[in-house]
Amino acid sequence: MAVVVRRLVLLVLGAFFLVPLLAMAEFSTRGAGGSRSLESWTAIGSDPDLVEAILASVQLAVTSSVLVLVLLVPTMTWIRLRLPVLRRLVEFLCLLPITIPAIVLVVGMAPLYAWVDYFLGDSPWTLTFAYAVLVLPFAYRAIDAGLSAIDLKTLAEAARSLGASWGTVLVRVVVPNIRTALIGASLLSVALVLGEFTIASLLNFDTLQVQVNLLGKRNAGVSIAVSLLSLLFAFVLLFLLSFVGGRRGSSAVEEG
Amino acid sequence: MVAPVSTAAGSGPQAAPGGSGRSWLAWLVVVPFLAYVGTFLLYPTVLVLAGAFQDSSGGFTPDNLAALTEGVYLQAFLRSVELSALTAVLGAVFGALLSWAVASGKPEGLLRRVVVAGSGVLAQFGGVPLAFAFLATVGFQGFVTRFLRDWFGIDLFAGGAWLFELPGLTLVYTFFQIPLMVIVFLPALDGLRPQWREAVDSLGGSAWTYWRHVGGPILLPAFLGALLLLFANAFSAYATAAALVSQGSPIVPLQIRGALTGEVLLGQENLGKALGLGMVVVVAVAMGLYAVLQRRFARWQ
Repeated sequence: MAVVVRRLVLLVLGAFFLVPLLAMAEFSTRGAGGSRSLESWTAIGSDPDLVEAILASVQLAVTSSVLVLVLLVPTMTWIRLRLPVLRRLVEFLCLLPITIPAIVLVVGMAPLYAWVDYFLGDSPWTLTFAYAVLVLPFAYRAIDAGLSAIDLKTLAEAARSLGASWGTVLVRVVVPNIRTALIGASLLSVALVLGEFTIASLLNFDTLQVQVNLLGKRNAGVSIAVSLLSLLFAFVLLFLLSFVGGRRGSSAVEEG
Repeated sequence: MVAPVSTAAGSGPQAAPGGSGRSWLAWLVVVPFLAYVGTFLLYPTVLVLAGAFQDSSGGFTPDNLAALTEGVYLQAFLRSVELSALTAVLGAVFGALLSWAVASGKPEGLLRRVVVAGSGVLAQFGGVPLAFAFLATVGFQGFVTRFLRDWFGIDLFAGGAWLFELPGLTLVYTFFQIPLMVIVFLPALDGLRPQWREAVDSLGGSAWTYWRHVGGPILLPAFLGALLLLFANAFSAYATAAALVSQGSPIVPLQIRGALTGEVLLGQENLGKALGLGMVVVVAVAMGLYAVLQRRFARWQ
Protein backbone atom coordinates (compact mmCIF):
# COMPACT_ATOMS: atom_id res chain seq x y z
CA MET A 1 0.00 0.00 0.00
CA ALA A 2 2.60 2.54 1.13
CA VAL A 3 4.81 1.47 -1.79
CA VAL A 4 2.03 2.13 -4.29
CA VAL A 5 1.26 5.57 -2.83
CA ARG A 6 4.96 6.43 -2.80
CA ARG A 7 5.36 5.48 -6.48
CA LEU A 8 2.24 7.47 -7.36
CA VAL A 9 3.46 10.58 -5.54
CA LEU A 10 6.87 10.36 -7.24
CA LEU A 11 5.27 9.81 -10.63
CA VAL A 12 2.74 12.67 -10.45
CA LEU A 13 5.07 15.25 -8.88
CA GLY A 14 7.93 14.04 -11.05
CA ALA A 15 5.81 14.79 -14.11
CA PHE A 16 4.80 18.20 -12.72
CA PHE A 17 8.47 19.16 -12.41
CA LEU A 18 9.85 17.47 -15.52
CA VAL A 19 7.22 18.55 -18.07
CA PRO A 20 8.14 22.29 -17.92
CA LEU A 21 11.83 21.40 -18.24
CA LEU A 22 11.17 19.15 -21.23
CA ALA A 23 8.92 21.84 -22.68
CA MET A 24 11.85 24.27 -22.44
CA ALA A 25 14.04 21.83 -24.36
CA GLU A 26 11.30 21.35 -26.96
CA PHE A 27 10.53 25.07 -27.32
CA SER A 28 14.17 26.11 -27.63
CA THR A 29 14.85 23.60 -30.40
CA ARG A 30 11.98 24.63 -32.67
CA GLY A 31 12.98 25.46 -36.23
CA ALA A 32 11.01 26.90 -39.12
CA GLY A 33 8.03 24.86 -40.33
CA GLY A 34 7.93 22.26 -37.58
CA SER A 35 11.58 21.17 -37.97
CA ARG A 36 14.14 20.91 -35.19
CA SER A 37 17.02 23.35 -35.01
CA LEU A 38 19.64 24.48 -32.54
CA GLU A 39 19.42 28.08 -33.71
CA SER A 40 18.28 29.39 -30.33
CA TRP A 41 21.18 27.64 -28.62
CA THR A 42 23.86 28.83 -31.03
CA ALA A 43 22.41 32.34 -30.81
CA ILE A 44 23.45 32.48 -27.13
CA GLY A 45 27.11 32.86 -28.07
CA SER A 46 26.51 35.32 -30.90
CA ASP A 47 24.53 37.92 -28.93
CA PRO A 48 27.16 40.34 -27.60
CA ASP A 49 24.80 41.86 -25.00
CA LEU A 50 23.96 38.43 -23.63
CA VAL A 51 27.59 37.29 -23.53
CA GLU A 52 28.54 40.48 -21.73
CA ALA A 53 25.71 39.99 -19.22
CA ILE A 54 26.76 36.38 -18.59
CA LEU A 55 30.35 37.47 -17.98
CA ALA A 56 29.16 40.23 -15.64
CA SER A 57 27.09 37.72 -13.64
CA VAL A 58 29.94 35.22 -13.42
CA GLN A 59 32.27 37.98 -12.25
CA LEU A 60 29.68 39.09 -9.68
CA ALA A 61 29.25 35.52 -8.46
CA VAL A 62 32.99 35.32 -7.76
CA THR A 63 33.38 38.78 -6.18
CA SER A 64 30.26 38.38 -4.00
CA SER A 65 31.35 34.98 -2.68
CA VAL A 66 34.84 36.29 -1.94
CA LEU A 67 33.51 39.43 -0.24
CA VAL A 68 31.08 37.55 1.98
CA LEU A 69 33.76 35.03 3.02
CA VAL A 70 36.37 37.72 3.67
CA LEU A 71 33.86 39.60 5.83
CA LEU A 72 32.40 36.64 7.70
CA VAL A 73 35.26 34.20 8.34
CA PRO A 74 37.56 36.52 10.35
CA THR A 75 34.61 38.15 12.13
CA MET A 76 32.90 34.90 13.11
CA THR A 77 36.19 33.26 14.14
CA TRP A 78 37.17 36.28 16.21
CA ILE A 79 33.78 36.46 17.89
CA ARG A 80 33.96 32.82 18.92
CA LEU A 81 37.48 33.27 20.29
CA ARG A 82 37.46 36.71 21.84
CA LEU A 83 34.13 38.53 21.69
CA PRO A 84 31.35 36.05 22.50
CA VAL A 85 29.19 38.99 23.64
CA LEU A 86 28.72 39.98 20.02
CA ARG A 87 27.57 36.56 18.85
CA ARG A 88 23.83 37.18 19.13
CA LEU A 89 24.15 40.57 17.43
CA VAL A 90 26.15 39.22 14.48
CA GLU A 91 23.74 36.31 14.10
CA PHE A 92 20.80 38.70 14.11
CA LEU A 93 22.42 40.96 11.52
CA CYS A 94 23.36 38.05 9.26
CA LEU A 95 19.88 36.52 9.34
CA LEU A 96 18.11 39.89 8.97
CA PRO A 97 18.02 39.75 5.13
CA ILE A 98 15.63 36.77 5.42
CA THR A 99 12.99 39.07 6.91
CA ILE A 100 13.59 41.92 4.48
CA PRO A 101 12.47 40.96 0.98
CA ALA A 102 14.91 41.92 -1.79
CA ILE A 103 12.20 44.06 -3.37
CA VAL A 104 12.06 46.13 -0.15
CA LEU A 105 15.84 46.27 0.25
CA VAL A 106 16.18 47.65 -3.26
CA VAL A 107 13.89 50.58 -2.37
CA GLY A 108 16.39 51.62 0.29
CA MET A 109 19.39 50.79 -1.86
CA ALA A 110 18.33 52.99 -4.78
CA PRO A 111 19.45 56.23 -3.06
CA LEU A 112 22.55 54.49 -1.72
CA TYR A 113 23.55 53.39 -5.19
CA ALA A 114 23.35 56.98 -6.40
CA TRP A 115 26.37 57.52 -4.14
CA VAL A 116 28.04 54.24 -5.15
CA ASP A 117 27.71 55.29 -8.81
CA TYR A 118 29.20 58.66 -7.99
CA PHE A 119 32.25 57.30 -6.19
CA LEU A 120 32.89 53.94 -7.87
CA GLY A 121 31.29 54.28 -11.30
CA ASP A 122 28.21 52.47 -12.57
CA SER A 123 29.84 49.20 -13.58
CA PRO A 124 27.82 46.05 -12.73
CA TRP A 125 30.55 44.87 -10.33
CA THR A 126 29.32 47.43 -7.77
CA LEU A 127 26.35 45.07 -7.28
CA THR A 128 28.82 42.95 -5.29
CA PHE A 129 27.95 45.02 -2.22
CA ALA A 130 24.23 44.37 -2.55
CA TYR A 131 24.70 40.68 -3.36
CA ALA A 132 26.96 40.01 -0.40
CA VAL A 133 24.02 41.19 1.75
CA LEU A 134 21.66 38.79 -0.03
CA VAL A 135 23.89 35.76 0.51
CA LEU A 136 24.75 36.73 4.10
CA PRO A 137 22.19 34.39 5.80
CA PHE A 138 23.22 31.37 3.72
CA ALA A 139 26.95 31.98 4.11
CA TYR A 140 26.48 32.60 7.85
CA ARG A 141 24.69 29.28 8.38
CA ALA A 142 27.27 27.31 6.40
CA ILE A 143 30.26 28.90 8.16
CA ASP A 144 28.59 28.68 11.57
CA ALA A 145 28.04 24.93 11.05
CA GLY A 146 31.68 24.58 9.97
CA LEU A 147 33.03 26.44 13.01
CA SER A 148 30.77 24.48 15.38
CA ALA A 149 32.19 21.23 14.08
CA ILE A 150 35.80 22.01 15.03
CA ASP A 151 37.39 22.66 18.40
CA LEU A 152 38.28 26.20 17.46
CA LYS A 153 39.61 27.38 20.86
CA THR A 154 42.02 24.49 21.31
CA LEU A 155 43.28 24.78 17.74
CA ALA A 156 43.79 28.52 18.04
CA GLU A 157 45.51 28.27 21.41
CA ALA A 158 47.82 25.52 20.17
CA ALA A 159 48.81 27.62 17.17
CA ARG A 160 49.24 30.77 19.31
CA SER A 161 51.42 28.99 21.87
CA LEU A 162 53.67 27.82 19.02
CA GLY A 163 54.15 31.46 18.05
CA ALA A 164 51.65 31.87 15.24
CA SER A 165 50.17 35.32 14.65
CA TRP A 166 46.39 35.78 14.51
CA GLY A 167 46.65 36.08 10.73
CA THR A 168 48.47 32.75 10.54
CA VAL A 169 45.88 31.15 12.81
CA LEU A 170 43.12 32.32 10.49
CA VAL A 171 44.73 31.43 7.16
CA ARG A 172 46.63 28.27 8.07
CA VAL A 173 44.54 26.77 10.88
CA VAL A 174 40.92 27.92 10.69
CA VAL A 175 40.42 28.12 6.92
CA PRO A 176 41.82 24.63 6.10
CA ASN A 177 39.72 23.12 8.89
CA ILE A 178 36.42 24.57 7.70
CA ARG A 179 37.12 24.33 3.98
CA THR A 180 34.09 22.15 3.20
CA ALA A 181 31.87 24.75 4.87
CA LEU A 182 33.60 27.48 2.84
CA ILE A 183 33.12 25.56 -0.41
CA GLY A 184 29.46 25.02 0.51
CA ALA A 185 28.97 28.71 1.26
CA SER A 186 30.64 29.68 -2.02
CA LEU A 187 28.62 27.27 -4.17
CA LEU A 188 25.39 28.56 -2.64
CA SER A 189 26.45 32.17 -3.12
CA VAL A 190 27.37 31.52 -6.76
CA ALA A 191 23.99 29.88 -7.43
CA LEU A 192 22.09 32.71 -5.74
CA VAL A 193 23.99 35.49 -7.52
CA LEU A 194 23.63 33.87 -10.96
CA GLY A 195 19.86 33.68 -10.42
CA GLU A 196 19.38 37.16 -8.93
CA PHE A 197 17.03 39.46 -10.82
CA THR A 198 15.22 41.81 -8.42
CA ILE A 199 18.04 44.11 -7.36
CA ALA A 200 19.92 44.12 -10.68
CA SER A 201 16.82 44.94 -12.69
CA LEU A 202 15.54 47.71 -10.43
CA LEU A 203 18.99 49.31 -10.08
CA ASN A 204 19.33 49.10 -13.90
CA PHE A 205 22.32 46.79 -14.18
CA ASP A 206 22.64 44.36 -17.09
CA THR A 207 23.15 40.97 -15.52
CA LEU A 208 22.31 37.52 -16.87
CA GLN A 209 18.71 37.37 -15.62
CA VAL A 210 17.98 40.97 -16.63
CA GLN A 211 19.14 40.22 -20.19
CA VAL A 212 17.19 36.95 -20.29
CA ASN A 213 14.04 38.82 -19.30
CA LEU A 214 14.69 41.59 -21.82
CA LEU A 215 15.46 39.14 -24.62
CA GLY A 216 12.26 37.21 -23.93
CA LYS A 217 10.26 40.15 -25.29
CA ARG A 218 11.64 39.70 -28.84
CA ASN A 219 13.10 36.19 -29.01
CA ALA A 220 11.53 33.76 -26.56
CA GLY A 221 13.53 30.80 -27.94
CA VAL A 222 16.91 32.19 -26.90
CA SER A 223 15.59 33.28 -23.49
CA ILE A 224 14.21 29.82 -22.86
CA ALA A 225 17.47 28.20 -23.97
CA VAL A 226 19.49 30.41 -21.58
CA SER A 227 16.96 29.81 -18.77
CA LEU A 228 17.25 26.05 -19.18
CA LEU A 229 21.03 26.29 -19.34
CA SER A 230 21.19 28.37 -16.15
CA LEU A 231 18.81 26.01 -14.31
CA LEU A 232 20.95 23.03 -15.32
CA PHE A 233 24.13 24.83 -14.28
CA ALA A 234 22.65 25.69 -10.88
CA PHE A 235 21.55 22.07 -10.54
CA VAL A 236 25.10 20.84 -11.17
CA LEU A 237 26.41 23.30 -8.54
CA LEU A 238 23.92 22.15 -5.89
CA PHE A 239 24.36 18.49 -6.82
CA LEU A 240 28.11 18.87 -6.20
CA LEU A 241 27.25 20.63 -2.94
CA SER A 242 25.40 17.51 -1.76
CA PHE A 243 28.69 15.60 -1.99
CA VAL A 244 30.97 18.35 -0.65
CA GLY A 245 29.13 19.38 2.47
CA GLY A 246 27.54 16.03 3.24
CA ARG A 247 24.45 16.32 5.40
CA ARG A 248 25.59 19.58 6.88
CA GLY A 249 25.52 21.24 3.47
CA SER A 250 21.83 20.63 3.04
CA SER A 251 20.96 22.32 6.31
CA ALA A 252 22.62 25.47 5.04
CA VAL A 253 19.98 25.68 2.34
CA GLU A 254 17.15 25.84 4.84
CA GLU A 255 14.78 28.78 4.77
CA GLY A 256 14.45 30.68 1.58
CA MET B 1 28.24 20.08 20.13
CA VAL B 2 29.92 19.59 23.50
CA ALA B 3 33.02 21.50 22.50
CA PRO B 4 31.87 25.02 23.43
CA VAL B 5 31.15 23.90 27.00
CA SER B 6 34.46 22.13 27.58
CA THR B 7 36.56 24.98 26.19
CA ALA B 8 34.70 27.88 27.72
CA ALA B 9 37.10 27.84 30.66
CA GLY B 10 40.06 28.23 28.32
CA SER B 11 38.95 31.63 27.14
CA GLY B 12 40.54 33.38 30.09
CA PRO B 13 43.11 36.15 29.99
CA GLN B 14 45.91 33.91 28.73
CA ALA B 15 44.07 33.64 25.43
CA ALA B 16 44.24 37.40 25.17
CA PRO B 17 47.89 38.46 24.97
CA GLY B 18 48.36 42.05 26.01
CA GLY B 19 45.67 41.81 28.66
CA SER B 20 42.62 43.97 29.13
CA GLY B 21 44.51 47.17 28.32
CA ARG B 22 44.31 46.36 24.63
CA SER B 23 40.82 44.94 24.66
CA TRP B 24 39.60 47.78 22.44
CA LEU B 25 41.89 46.34 19.79
CA ALA B 26 39.82 43.18 19.85
CA TRP B 27 36.80 45.23 18.82
CA LEU B 28 38.72 46.65 15.88
CA VAL B 29 38.56 43.28 14.10
CA VAL B 30 34.78 43.36 13.80
CA VAL B 31 34.68 46.95 12.54
CA PRO B 32 34.83 46.11 8.79
CA PHE B 33 31.92 43.69 9.13
CA LEU B 34 29.83 46.10 11.18
CA ALA B 35 30.64 49.00 8.85
CA TYR B 36 29.66 46.97 5.82
CA VAL B 37 26.43 45.64 7.30
CA GLY B 38 25.61 49.10 8.60
CA THR B 39 26.03 50.67 5.17
CA PHE B 40 24.47 48.07 2.89
CA LEU B 41 21.88 46.42 5.11
CA LEU B 42 20.88 48.63 8.04
CA TYR B 43 21.06 51.98 6.26
CA PRO B 44 18.77 50.94 3.35
CA THR B 45 16.40 49.25 5.81
CA VAL B 46 16.16 52.31 8.03
CA LEU B 47 15.72 54.48 4.94
CA VAL B 48 12.67 52.43 3.95
CA LEU B 49 11.17 52.19 7.42
CA ALA B 50 11.67 55.89 8.20
CA GLY B 51 10.73 57.00 4.69
CA ALA B 52 7.35 55.35 5.09
CA PHE B 53 6.49 58.06 7.63
CA GLN B 54 7.92 61.01 5.70
CA ASP B 55 6.54 63.35 3.06
CA SER B 56 8.63 64.50 0.08
CA SER B 57 10.29 67.27 2.14
CA GLY B 58 11.20 64.94 5.00
CA GLY B 59 8.48 65.96 7.46
CA PHE B 60 6.40 63.45 9.38
CA THR B 61 3.20 62.28 7.76
CA PRO B 62 0.89 59.27 8.19
CA ASP B 63 -0.48 59.77 4.65
CA ASN B 64 1.70 57.12 2.97
CA LEU B 65 0.58 54.43 5.36
CA ALA B 66 -3.00 55.65 5.24
CA ALA B 67 -2.91 55.21 1.45
CA LEU B 68 -2.18 51.51 1.95
CA THR B 69 -5.54 50.96 3.60
CA GLU B 70 -7.57 51.86 0.53
CA GLY B 71 -7.95 51.42 -3.21
CA VAL B 72 -5.43 49.65 -5.41
CA TYR B 73 -2.85 49.30 -2.64
CA LEU B 74 -5.21 47.54 -0.26
CA GLN B 75 -6.32 45.28 -3.12
CA ALA B 76 -2.69 44.51 -3.96
CA PHE B 77 -2.06 43.51 -0.34
CA LEU B 78 -5.16 41.34 -0.23
CA ARG B 79 -4.23 39.66 -3.51
CA SER B 80 -0.65 39.14 -2.33
CA VAL B 81 -1.90 37.53 0.89
CA GLU B 82 -4.34 35.36 -1.05
CA LEU B 83 -1.71 34.24 -3.57
CA SER B 84 0.85 33.55 -0.82
CA ALA B 85 -1.62 31.66 1.40
CA LEU B 86 -2.96 29.53 -1.46
CA THR B 87 0.47 28.61 -2.83
CA ALA B 88 1.77 28.02 0.71
CA VAL B 89 -0.98 25.46 1.37
CA LEU B 90 -0.52 23.78 -2.03
CA GLY B 91 3.25 23.79 -1.65
CA ALA B 92 3.12 22.49 1.94
CA VAL B 93 0.74 19.62 1.17
CA PHE B 94 2.44 18.39 -2.01
CA GLY B 95 5.91 19.19 -0.65
CA ALA B 96 5.21 17.13 2.49
CA LEU B 97 4.05 14.22 0.32
CA LEU B 98 7.18 14.46 -1.84
CA SER B 99 9.39 14.68 1.28
CA TRP B 100 7.75 11.56 2.66
CA ALA B 101 8.26 9.71 -0.64
CA VAL B 102 11.92 10.73 -0.67
CA ALA B 103 12.57 10.13 3.05
CA SER B 104 11.31 6.55 2.86
CA GLY B 105 13.98 5.80 0.23
CA LYS B 106 17.71 5.31 0.73
CA PRO B 107 19.25 8.17 2.78
CA GLU B 108 22.29 8.56 0.51
CA GLY B 109 20.53 7.36 -2.64
CA LEU B 110 20.56 9.05 -6.04
CA LEU B 111 16.83 9.89 -5.89
CA ARG B 112 17.28 11.85 -2.71
CA ARG B 113 20.36 13.70 -3.97
CA VAL B 114 18.61 14.63 -7.22
CA VAL B 115 15.43 15.78 -5.45
CA VAL B 116 17.32 17.83 -2.86
CA ALA B 117 19.61 19.49 -5.42
CA GLY B 118 16.69 20.07 -7.80
CA SER B 119 14.62 21.54 -4.99
CA GLY B 120 17.46 23.89 -4.08
CA VAL B 121 17.61 25.13 -7.66
CA LEU B 122 13.88 25.67 -8.10
CA ALA B 123 13.33 27.15 -4.63
CA GLN B 124 16.29 29.55 -4.49
CA PHE B 125 17.57 30.08 -8.00
CA GLY B 126 14.18 30.06 -9.78
CA GLY B 127 12.96 33.57 -10.51
CA VAL B 128 13.06 34.55 -14.15
CA PRO B 129 13.91 31.09 -15.59
CA LEU B 130 10.73 29.69 -13.99
CA ALA B 131 8.60 32.29 -15.77
CA PHE B 132 10.16 31.17 -19.05
CA ALA B 133 9.73 27.52 -18.15
CA PHE B 134 5.99 28.09 -17.97
CA LEU B 135 5.93 30.24 -21.09
CA ALA B 136 7.50 27.27 -22.88
CA THR B 137 4.96 24.90 -21.32
CA VAL B 138 1.58 26.64 -21.19
CA GLY B 139 2.32 29.93 -22.96
CA PHE B 140 0.41 30.82 -26.17
CA GLN B 141 2.83 28.66 -28.18
CA GLY B 142 3.83 26.38 -25.32
CA PHE B 143 4.49 22.67 -25.57
CA VAL B 144 1.43 21.58 -23.57
CA THR B 145 -0.79 24.27 -25.12
CA ARG B 146 0.05 23.03 -28.62
CA PHE B 147 -0.27 19.39 -27.62
CA LEU B 148 -3.74 19.87 -26.15
CA ARG B 149 -4.85 21.97 -29.11
CA ASP B 150 -3.54 19.63 -31.81
CA TRP B 151 -4.58 16.34 -30.24
CA PHE B 152 -7.67 17.10 -28.18
CA GLY B 153 -8.87 20.41 -29.58
CA ILE B 154 -8.68 21.99 -26.13
CA ASP B 155 -7.92 25.71 -26.03
CA LEU B 156 -6.07 26.50 -22.79
CA PHE B 157 -6.64 30.21 -23.29
CA ALA B 158 -10.38 30.06 -23.91
CA GLY B 159 -10.89 31.78 -20.56
CA GLY B 160 -8.44 34.62 -21.29
CA ALA B 161 -4.71 35.16 -20.75
CA TRP B 162 -4.76 33.48 -17.34
CA LEU B 163 -1.05 32.66 -17.36
CA PHE B 164 -0.22 36.36 -17.06
CA GLU B 165 -2.68 36.97 -14.24
CA LEU B 166 -3.25 35.57 -10.74
CA PRO B 167 -4.06 31.96 -11.78
CA GLY B 168 -0.79 31.82 -13.74
CA LEU B 169 1.14 33.24 -10.79
CA THR B 170 -0.45 30.60 -8.54
CA LEU B 171 0.71 27.81 -10.85
CA VAL B 172 4.28 29.12 -11.20
CA TYR B 173 4.59 29.96 -7.48
CA THR B 174 3.52 26.41 -6.59
CA PHE B 175 6.40 25.26 -8.79
CA PHE B 176 8.91 26.85 -6.38
CA GLN B 177 6.88 26.41 -3.18
CA ILE B 178 6.84 22.59 -3.33
CA PRO B 179 10.67 22.40 -3.59
CA LEU B 180 11.08 24.84 -0.67
CA MET B 181 8.78 22.63 1.40
CA VAL B 182 10.99 19.65 0.57
CA ILE B 183 14.10 21.51 1.73
CA VAL B 184 12.51 22.59 5.01
CA PHE B 185 10.42 19.52 5.79
CA LEU B 186 12.81 16.70 4.83
CA PRO B 187 15.08 17.27 7.88
CA ALA B 188 11.96 17.17 10.11
CA LEU B 189 10.94 13.80 8.63
CA ASP B 190 14.49 12.54 9.15
CA GLY B 191 14.04 13.45 12.82
CA LEU B 192 11.34 10.79 13.26
CA ARG B 193 13.02 7.86 14.99
CA PRO B 194 12.39 4.39 13.54
CA GLN B 195 12.01 3.14 17.15
CA TRP B 196 8.74 5.10 17.50
CA ARG B 197 7.32 3.29 14.51
CA GLU B 198 8.55 -0.04 15.86
CA ALA B 199 6.99 0.68 19.24
CA VAL B 200 3.61 1.35 17.60
CA ASP B 201 3.95 -1.82 15.50
CA SER B 202 4.86 -3.99 18.48
CA LEU B 203 1.88 -2.66 20.42
CA GLY B 204 -0.38 -3.72 17.55
CA GLY B 205 -0.93 -0.26 15.99
CA SER B 206 -1.45 0.21 12.26
CA ALA B 207 0.22 2.73 9.95
CA TRP B 208 -2.81 4.97 10.52
CA THR B 209 -2.41 4.74 14.31
CA TYR B 210 1.22 5.74 13.94
CA TRP B 211 0.57 8.83 11.81
CA ARG B 212 -2.56 9.81 13.78
CA HIS B 213 -1.10 9.53 17.29
CA VAL B 214 2.71 9.69 16.95
CA GLY B 215 4.15 10.94 13.66
CA GLY B 216 1.42 13.48 12.92
CA PRO B 217 1.42 15.32 16.26
CA ILE B 218 5.23 15.43 16.35
CA LEU B 219 5.45 16.80 12.81
CA LEU B 220 2.56 19.25 13.17
CA PRO B 221 4.61 22.20 14.51
CA ALA B 222 7.22 21.62 11.78
CA PHE B 223 4.48 21.50 9.15
CA LEU B 224 2.79 24.67 10.40
CA GLY B 225 6.17 26.40 10.66
CA ALA B 226 7.00 25.43 7.09
CA LEU B 227 3.60 26.74 6.02
CA LEU B 228 4.49 30.16 7.47
CA LEU B 229 7.91 30.09 5.85
CA LEU B 230 6.34 29.28 2.48
CA PHE B 231 3.86 32.10 2.97
CA ALA B 232 6.69 34.57 3.67
CA ASN B 233 8.62 33.22 0.68
CA ALA B 234 5.75 33.71 -1.76
CA PHE B 235 4.92 37.09 -0.26
CA SER B 236 8.50 38.33 -0.82
CA ALA B 237 8.92 36.84 -4.30
CA TYR B 238 9.35 39.34 -7.09
CA ALA B 239 11.36 38.03 -10.05
CA THR B 240 8.90 35.45 -11.38
CA ALA B 241 5.96 37.82 -11.18
CA ALA B 242 7.94 40.64 -12.76
CA ALA B 243 8.97 38.48 -15.71
CA LEU B 244 5.46 37.10 -16.19
CA VAL B 245 3.24 40.12 -15.56
CA SER B 246 4.29 43.12 -17.61
CA GLN B 247 0.96 44.93 -17.56
CA GLY B 248 -0.72 46.10 -14.38
CA SER B 249 0.48 45.49 -10.83
CA PRO B 250 -1.82 42.97 -9.18
CA ILE B 251 0.47 42.21 -6.20
CA VAL B 252 2.49 44.34 -3.76
CA PRO B 253 6.02 43.62 -5.12
CA LEU B 254 4.83 44.77 -8.55
CA GLN B 255 3.28 47.89 -6.98
CA ILE B 256 6.72 48.62 -5.53
CA ARG B 257 8.21 48.20 -9.01
CA GLY B 258 5.68 50.77 -10.21
CA ALA B 259 6.64 53.14 -7.41
CA LEU B 260 10.37 52.74 -8.17
CA THR B 261 10.03 53.20 -11.91
CA GLY B 262 8.07 56.40 -11.46
CA GLU B 263 4.42 55.43 -11.77
CA VAL B 264 3.39 57.41 -8.70
CA LEU B 265 1.51 60.63 -8.26
CA LEU B 266 3.23 63.80 -7.15
CA GLY B 267 3.48 63.99 -3.36
CA GLN B 268 3.51 60.20 -3.05
CA GLU B 269 7.25 59.70 -3.63
CA ASN B 270 7.53 57.72 -0.43
CA LEU B 271 4.66 55.40 -1.17
CA GLY B 272 7.09 52.69 -2.29
CA LYS B 273 8.67 52.85 1.16
CA ALA B 274 5.29 52.54 2.85
CA LEU B 275 4.55 49.47 0.69
CA GLY B 276 7.97 48.14 1.71
CA LEU B 277 7.20 48.69 5.39
CA GLY B 278 3.92 46.85 4.93
CA MET B 279 5.73 43.89 3.38
CA VAL B 280 8.35 43.80 6.13
CA VAL B 281 5.63 43.77 8.80
CA VAL B 282 3.78 40.85 7.16
CA VAL B 283 6.97 38.85 6.58
CA ALA B 284 8.28 39.59 10.08
CA VAL B 285 5.05 38.35 11.69
CA ALA B 286 5.16 35.14 9.63
CA MET B 287 8.86 34.56 10.38
CA GLY B 288 8.38 35.32 14.08
CA LEU B 289 5.65 32.69 14.38
CA TYR B 290 7.88 30.35 12.37
CA ALA B 291 10.69 30.76 14.92
CA VAL B 292 8.28 29.98 17.79
CA LEU B 293 7.04 26.79 16.11
CA GLN B 294 10.58 25.79 15.18
CA ARG B 295 11.59 25.96 18.85
CA ARG B 296 8.60 23.83 19.80
CA PHE B 297 9.54 21.18 17.28
CA ALA B 298 13.21 21.20 18.40
CA ARG B 299 12.15 19.59 21.70
CA TRP B 300 11.71 16.31 19.87
CA GLN B 301 15.08 16.31 18.16
